[in-house]
Amino acid sequence: MADRIIKIKINSKEISCKHHETVLHAAKRAGIYIPTLCDDDRLEAYGGCRLCLVHVKGVPRPLPACTTPVADRMEVTTETDSIRKIRKNIIELLLSNHPNDCMRCEATGDCTLQDLSYEYGADGTRFAGEKWDLPIREDNPFITYDPNKCILCGRCTRICNEVVMAGTISLTGRGFNAMPDTSFGQPRSLKNCEFCGQCVSTCPTGALTDKKGKGKGRAYELTKVRTTCSYCGTGCNFDLNVKDGRVVKVTSAYDAPVNHGNLCVKGRYGYDFIHSFERIRKPLVRKGDKFKEVSWDEALEYVAQKFKSLLKKYGPSAVGAFSSSRCTNEENFLISKLVRTVFRSNNVDNCARV
Amino acid sequence: MPTKTKLRGPEISDLMIKVCVGTGGLAAGSREVIEEFDRQLRSKGIRATIVKKCVNKTGCRGFCARDVLVDVIRNGRPDTYELVTADRVARIVEEHIVQGEPVQEWLVGPEYHDFHDKQTKILLRQCGQIDPEDIEAYIAIRGYKGAKKSLALDPYEVIEEVRLSGLRGRGGAGFLTGMKWEFCRKSPGDPKYIICNADEGDPGAFMDRSIIEGNPHAVIEGMIIGGYAVGANLGYVYIRAEYPLAVERLKIALDQARKKNFLGKKIFRSEYDFDIKIKLGAGAFVCGESTALMRSIEGERGLPRPTPPRSVTKGLWGKPTALNNVETLANVPLIMSKGGKWFATFGTPKNTGTKVFALTGKVKNTGLIEVPLGIPLKEIIFDIGGGVEKNRSLKAVQTGGPSGGCIPASHIDMPVDFDSLSRIGSMMGSGGMVVMDETTCMVDMSKFFLAFTESESCGKCVPCRIGTKRMLEILERITEGRGRKNDIDLLIELGTDIKLASLCGLGRSAPNPVLSTIQFFREEYEAHIHDGVCPSRVCKALRQYTVSEELCRMCGKCFRACPSEAIAWEKKQKAVIDRTKCIKCGACYDACPFDAIL
Repeated sequence: MADRIIKIKINSKEISCKHHETVLHAAKRAGIYIPTLCDDDRLEAYGGCRLCLVHVKGVPRPLPACTTPVADRMEVTTETDSIRKIRKNIIELLLSNHPNDCMRCEATGDCTLQDLSYEYGADGTRFAGEKWDLPIREDNPFITYDPNKCILCGRCTRICNEVVMAGTISLTGRGFNAMPDTSFGQPRSLKNCEFCGQCVSTCPTGALTDKKGKGKGRAYELTKVRTTCSYCGTGCNFDLNVKDGRVVKVTSAYDAPVNHGNLCVKGRYGYDFIHSFERIRKPLVRKGDKFKEVSWDEALEYVAQKFKSLLKKYGPSAVGAFSSSRCTNEENFLISKLVRTVFRSNNVDNCARV
Repeated sequence: MPTKTKLRGPEISDLMIKVCVGTGGLAAGSREVIEEFDRQLRSKGIRATIVKKCVNKTGCRGFCARDVLVDVIRNGRPDTYELVTADRVARIVEEHIVQGEPVQEWLVGPEYHDFHDKQTKILLRQCGQIDPEDIEAYIAIRGYKGAKKSLALDPYEVIEEVRLSGLRGRGGAGFLTGMKWEFCRKSPGDPKYIICNADEGDPGAFMDRSIIEGNPHAVIEGMIIGGYAVGANLGYVYIRAEYPLAVERLKIALDQARKKNFLGKKIFRSEYDFDIKIKLGAGAFVCGESTALMRSIEGERGLPRPTPPRSVTKGLWGKPTALNNVETLANVPLIMSKGGKWFATFGTPKNTGTKVFALTGKVKNTGLIEVPLGIPLKEIIFDIGGGVEKNRSLKAVQTGGPSGGCIPASHIDMPVDFDSLSRIGSMMGSGGMVVMDETTCMVDMSKFFLAFTESESCGKCVPCRIGTKRMLEILERITEGRGRKNDIDLLIELGTDIKLASLCGLGRSAPNPVLSTIQFFREEYEAHIHDGVCPSRVCKALRQYTVSEELCRMCGKCFRACPSEAIAWEKKQKAVIDRTKCIKCGACYDACPFDAIL
């Protein structure tokens, strides 16, 4: 049953799917675009934004692609006139309770709501009515929360509970007054917040933004440089966002095989050291009482000579290496290879053992 | 309760007094009435020999408009008093019980008998007759026979019997109960659960509360049978905390059932274990939605989730779960003891059995009624309900509470069943039935219901959360005289989209009152928007008070009633209203004895 292959058609394109796969997932795999605001591969399907509604042949009402499981010989149409109209109205409803300040919003250029409004030509004036006017929360050292820009996709609350399992935030209130918040609106830091910024990473609008990157560059001005986190041996990948030669923020790399875009506080916010004046940027060799800056070649040559002379004089048991858990697995593998095969010693260890 | 009288004195054989202690009765003062009866009987030294309890408490008998209702039964002949208060008790005891002459002027009138005689009571028959706090009273009327019989059968035979009855879920959607149980039984997964949905949230609906208050054992028995049929060993009753009396009686009933081994291990000396837990709801209307209800039992925020998977395959804690409404479950013991075929003799072939409705609004006899499905709406309103209050003309009937739609008076002959109601754009819902007359403004009425659903939306999906808010704002501006030309089209567009795009039943049905009133009473909306007039004179902002020169008798009552000095009047002169000063409070309208304020 579980391995059965199901064949469905999306926009007349035939797609083979696995049992229990959702229509949205199948469409993504096949490169077919379906708009959504509340979907994130890291989270359970939610079905809240209702933008991924699609037409399924034989079903009178539109179905949400994100929660509808595929069924054999299902025929899906992702865009019809009536579905486009519903989507446009949904976006217009969202915009009717959204501040019109894209011009100074941190998320401009990296905002799904903005993209969708553009795509569907939506504005909030037709359904204009009461708008939230809530204070912006700056009570967290890393995260700015502007509830007025929240569209209640629930991604922040779900990532906090499903992935991080910190349980800092949840949906509160009811109806038009529902919003994600801590219990009794207390500062996040008092409610078990780990400052991982996972909520920021999943927010599709400018409701949750990184404090550290504020005003330092628009998404389209930033060059993304993929790197591996240097803090521990897990090997999380992320993108350093660089503008004018400076790292201004860290964003998730969702295709990273180890962490799928998830990060902890160190990886996401601990990048100040990169541009620190105290940072050692070149190898130093002690000459007399002082350290002297040397080139990499010179430093490596120096170390090699020292090892060689030690090995010659005292044998392999006299040397060893102790590597860091902040190195990648590959680096740790290389150091162990060096010690065991070149030095012919078993004296190799890592600080992660303690 | 000091109900056991151990007194020496004149012995009156065959005396029983039944006092309604439903929530309606209690609110009207039945506790004081019971105490007063006890005191009076004691002081006169009367004791009854036939029944242990001389003064009996009973559940709601439905006719709440005339509470406190008291039956004095002597030699098997009941006399029913209405609107009894504690200070009327002494005379009833003296004249009726001691002297044997019923107090004629306080006895119920013909509408009481019309109200009851024209109903078909199979479910509510026991409510108002037996003591809900005594399991023996229920057993005496063949209670728990159905459960006993079921446990001797194969679970599939039980399901077959329920299927044969044609019973459809009374919670609103009308899904076949037998089919639901079969799906749950056949779903792989262990353990399984059965849940009784007693989170009755519709404003004005109180049938589930009355059933639990009046006959809690019927619900427990229904759950035992259902639990056995689907293969569950644990059941939950999800009940609103706002129903303290129902919760209390349910707790008492559960304790009594456990003592009798009707609940617990190897119940009824069979191999089957079953017990029931009570889970109190915290007041969210959306928790009446099945998936949200289960989330709430799990301790999470009551958010509905999309289906499939349906609850029968993945329900409470991801296990197969059968969720049934109170009324549905209360029907099950009758089906099992009397047979599915017997049940199917009531109602119509596709809508079998009876349905309890909470009849409210501008109708003479308000209260709880039970009628066979398929009965013409007309019979409910005019025969049982006694017609419209003050003999005004009927305008519409709203069924299904805030999720339902309104049925205009022109459709009064339609049968009341699941399919006919949904065809006309309304729904059965939990069974609220609000009668409206010419003094009801349809825009105002739909605003009332929409305000309820808007504030009770869980906030999860966009169309329901913001869409109903915007619809409500449009209705507000229409009733305040700020309606815009295209507002009706906007309401229809929004309403249609909300119905199509919302996640759960709350959002999908929330626009119903608005859409159905636009369908049948569009001219009222237009009058508000284009003419600035509320034809029913309900919407305050649109009222323009004037004094009719023809009708004014120069009494000056309006002048004295006006709080804003907007009325000019002198003796022997007709009153005149200064519109610039008028605050449209309506005090003059109410004060005028000649209907001269227009």
